[in-house]
Amino acid sequence: MTGPEVRSAGGTALLATFGSLADVVAFRAGLAQATLPGLTEVVSGARTLLLRFDRTTTDPGRLRAELKQVVPVNASLEAHDSEPLVIPVTYDGEDLDTVTELTGMRRDELVAWHTGQLWTSAFCGFAPGFSYLTGSARPLDLPRRSTARTAVPSGAVALAGEFSAVYPRTSPGGWQLIGRTDVPMWSLDRTPPALAPAGTLVRFVVAGAA
Amino acid sequence: MTALTVVQVGYGATTQDLGRPGFSDMGLGAAGAADRGSAALANRLVGNRPDAAVLEVLLGSVTLRADAYVVAATTGAACPVEVERADGSVRGAASHEVLLLAPGDTLRIGTATVGLRTYVAVLGGFAVDPVLGSRSWDSLARLGPPPLSAGDVLPVGDARVSWPIVDAVPQPEPRWPDEPVVLDVVPGPRDDWFTPEWRTTLTGQDFSVSADSDRVGVRTTAETPLVRSVARELPSEGVETGSLQVPPEGFPVLFLADHPVTGGYPVVGVLTPSAIDLAAQLRPGDPLRFRIVR
Repeated sequence: MTGPEVRSAGGTALLATFGSLADVVAFRAGLAQATLPGLTEVVSGARTLLLRFDRTTTDPGRLRAELKQVVPVNASLEAHDSEPLVIPVTYDGEDLDTVTELTGMRRDELVAWHTGQLWTSAFCGFAPGFSYLTGSARPLDLPRRSTARTAVPSGAVALAGEFSAVYPRTSPGGWQLIGRTDVPMWSLDRTPPALAPAGTLVRFVVAGAA
Repeated sequence: MTALTVVQVGYGATTQDLGRPGFSDMGLGAAGAADRGSAALANRLVGNRPDAAVLEVLLGSVTLRADAYVVAATTGAACPVEVERADGSVRGAASHEVLLLAPGDTLRIGTATVGLRTYVAVLGGFAVDPVLGSRSWDSLARLGPPPLSAGDVLPVGDARVSWPIVDAVPQPEPRWPDEPVVLDVVPGPRDDWFTPEWRTTLTGQDFSVSADSDRVGVRTTAETPLVRSVARELPSEGVETGSLQVPPEGFPVLFLADHPVTGGYPVVGVLTPSAIDLAAQLRPGDPLRFRIVR
């Protein structure tokens, strides 16, 4: 991989863009092993890293030069030493029929596809604790619903594009709902409050099956 | 412990400080005062540390009663200010000056005629319980000390460094109601997702602030929309405070303190820090213009 294309994002941030989510994850892993003075926060996106910096310590030119020196680290998911977080799911979502129609899969095939792969929290957004999970199997690339629901219940397990997610709380949403879980994705009673911050490995299992 | 009691709230008030940066990986933004310059000025006026919590009050319109001697000041949108003594006598006062409240005094902040957000600081800061290290209410995440309501008791803390050194500072220059506010914009990161005419479209006409503006963003409308040259969907990416995010209608939303961590529409440019503070003071219907810097 050649280095990322770096764009200006205002006076105190740069946006590094990549060709794939895997490149984003690898570059971020490389960034974690490098020392870039004045880099204050990194925000992962699906194809980007937003790099916030402190103007009193560094400047865009210096940061751009230092980014060229970062060596991406391709962490093999299988070789990851941490145990995945297990989320039990009841697969009775309102959009199951739509999803089986769009994909040509039977319900049991869809459940097997969802539970049979390792998911990684690529980044969080939309709401506190809303993790965009990317899977190790071929993504379904499902479209969002043509009209968003005004209230998707907390704990709803959903699919959209290359991602799966669990709604951390009741909120509007346009993703296809395939199931639900009791596992709270966000709670101020624990540290950190998010269950699956960027980088967390996740496996879904059928609730009650274990 | 010294405290102020909220007697009345008009259009809404929250506590804000420097926010809680660093939780982006969990989908939580920083929040904090929308007009940071005005909040910082309020803290400096009374002698506070920069991280002391202040009140951010929509259009002014809040009444507070002190139970002890309290040093206070208001900044941001300039409001009529008066202090009512326990015996009912009223003492005239003003925005952007240091006030001394005696036990039983009531501080009445009236409605601002220009600007949207008034900041109220007290010496020591408002010491409501912090959430994840900050006393900022985040309206998008619905997290932090809840918005003020009548009857709330706000304890005063010890986030002070000195007694006040100045007694007053100039109020913001008043502007004519139809005089557009000029906001400086740095192009990027996604300016190349628009036709090259985006520069003249952005700078060559007046925009107007829409009614559905809030701490998440200032929504704008104008005659001519910005036109995309790249039609494909933008995968969600991190966004800065001050971003001009352009939804399909083609009119920028100016992201303020409670903006989402990531966004799925291209950002054509980012406001400078002082332009963010100006944007935070825009009311629905206010005219504005953009100026591209660099």
